[in-house]
Amino acid sequence: MKMKYVSIAALLAAALASPTALAQKTIKIGNTNPYSGPASAYGTIGKTIGAYWKMVNEKGGINGRMVEWISYDDGYSPPKTVEMARRLVEQDQVLLIFQSLGTPPNSAIHKYMNAKKVPHLFVATGATKWNDPKSYPWTMGWQPNYQTEGRIYAEHILKNNPKAKIGVLYQNDDYGKDYLKGFKDGLGDKVSMIVKEVSYEVADPTVDSQMVQLQASGADTFFNITTPKFAAQAIRKAYDSGWKPTHYLNNVSASIGSVLKPAGLEKAVGLISTQYIKDPLDEQWKNDASVNEWKAFMGKYYPDGNLADASNIYGYTVAQTMHQVLKQAGNDLSRANIMKQAANLKNFRPETLLPGIRINTSATDFAPIESEQLIRFDGKEWKRFGAILGK
Amino acid sequence: MQELLHQVLAGLATGGIYASLALALVMIYQATHLVNFAQGEMAMFATYLAWSLINAGMPYWPAFLLTVVLAFVLGVVIERVIIRPVENAPVLAVVVVFIALLVILNSVTGWIYSYTIKSFPSPFPAEPIFGQYVTSHQGGAIGVTLVVLLLLFLFFRYTPLGLAMRAAAQNPDSARLVGIRVGWMLALGWGLAAAVGGVAGMMVAPIVFLDPNMMGGVLLYAFAAALVGGIDNPAGAVFGGFLVGVLENLLGAFVIGNELKLAVALVLIIGVLVVKPSGFFGKVLVTRV
Repeated sequence: MKMKYVSIAALLAAALASPTALAQKTIKIGNTNPYSGPASAYGTIGKTIGAYWKMVNEKGGINGRMVEWISYDDGYSPPKTVEMARRLVEQDQVLLIFQSLGTPPNSAIHKYMNAKKVPHLFVATGATKWNDPKSYPWTMGWQPNYQTEGRIYAEHILKNNPKAKIGVLYQNDDYGKDYLKGFKDGLGDKVSMIVKEVSYEVADPTVDSQMVQLQASGADTFFNITTPKFAAQAIRKAYDSGWKPTHYLNNVSASIGSVLKPAGLEKAVGLISTQYIKDPLDEQWKNDASVNEWKAFMGKYYPDGNLADASNIYGYTVAQTMHQVLKQAGNDLSRANIMKQAANLKNFRPETLLPGIRINTSATDFAPIESEQLIRFDGKEWKRFGAILGK
Repeated sequence: MQELLHQVLAGLATGGIYASLALALVMIYQATHLVNFAQGEMAMFATYLAWSLINAGMPYWPAFLLTVVLAFVLGVVIERVIIRPVENAPVLAVVVVFIALLVILNSVTGWIYSYTIKSFPSPFPAEPIFGQYVTSHQGGAIGVTLVVLLLLFLFFRYTPLGLAMRAAAQNPDSARLVGIRVGWMLALGWGLAAAVGGVAGMMVAPIVFLDPNMMGGVLLYAFAAALVGGIDNPAGAVFGGFLVGVLENLLGAFVIGNELKLAVALVLIIGVLVVKPSGFFGKVLVTRV
């Protein structure tokens, strides 16, 4: 509950000093995260980032300024995100909002942030719409977006099995349709390779009926665009019903601990997905300097954090990107300059990204990470294979 | 043709899920003449208790029995502590309490156990004994639901306690006059419904995976099932469960598309309430004014 104290201190400070004077001494970064509610598993990202700024401050801050991290709980509820974003911008007078989490929460404040001209940076969602500098010049995503990933699978199928008959299962919302669009774009004029596409609703108890439809369509390749619970159900059903297609699983549900294990590791053998950050559980990074650095950071600044949780290394990596932007901004901490620097990342590389992946942005390219590597599950762990794909 | 058969069997399997929770709904309705919106979350919470016991090293069946007992106690406690004070309040107030209970149980479970899904063990063999279309667990779960149904039938029809409970629900004043402790009968009804729900949860969890929102979608279909069969008829509720499961799959796959599957359940609920409020097998209630 330290965050609360920070915010109270921030309110007092704001009351005493004028915002501009304050902006010169500290860098105020606002954030919303689901510390409670259905998506609270992701709340650990906000805690990791808070710990990261603590480390930065202990080491002397950024260009001599301390970072003040104000992170509020929105419970993954869009109306609450609006309330919190307004509080951050109007009351706390933050310089920018960073890593607000979730597609629906960020959609709810998308227009507001751009109307107020407050940087809305590196939001924690894979939707493609954050890369739209023309209409929304103050918002930027970070992770590879769903369409990019969908295209990567399409390319892989076209190259390895041009005669594939593809079945698609997708969640009937923005997220599912975003993936499907990228996948279809990637197939291009071969889009008729998709012999069946079926959707499900989050309220459905199971996707068994959908899986039966896909199996009956005669598809031999399966693109699985589902969130963890349904992904586990689909993996199990594809195996139990004797279908056994070539199975592409979206990165959203590629967690071994929370998806493949419940589904049954032996049923997940051969699954193909993508990765862009080093998996701390992966044996090959055992002696990797950047992963060990992250582990040391976790031990010192966030000892309660789970080292097996990929969200924590994600938070660490995205915070480095924000750090870089603030470093580049130098002494000009105007909001316009922050956006200018965010759109001016050249070959930046937090070392916890997979080798070969670099962050590049420009005034017309608001998609920081655009490449990933394919991975295949061998029954124990994900094994990377092939080149880095994407841009 | 093969797909049709597969869809029907998959529908029966999910129908078994709806049937088991619908039974708990009917149970509480019989005992209290109220529909408990928190029934699904109580079942989910009981399933987490079972998960904790099994993870602590307890074998499956003792954990199963202990969970049924714990769920029963939990049901009684909820009735005594939370429902009692609003006993004579208007129906809407009671509904608000039920919904509050739903949200509280959901959040507390998420807080204790986190929201990531967990696998829940099945007491049935992993090898498919019913062919590849229905897993052994799905078949076994349907069997368990039918056994629970039989036990409930015997209990209400042939035991004095069952008779007393029915009397307390149907006519509290007369029941009181013949010496039945109506308050305790209501608490017992809550306990039994929670116990039946606990069994349902433990049968559902291996199929849909255990998470705090596991029962959210199921509850709606269970309502449809209970209403179709007649909210005061256990056998009708089980029949309704299978019917809803099969109907949902067939309509979803061949007629209206998957997007409208949930709408099937809602249309059923409204349709039954408008056309035949007592369901297929329910008693038509006549109230003397």
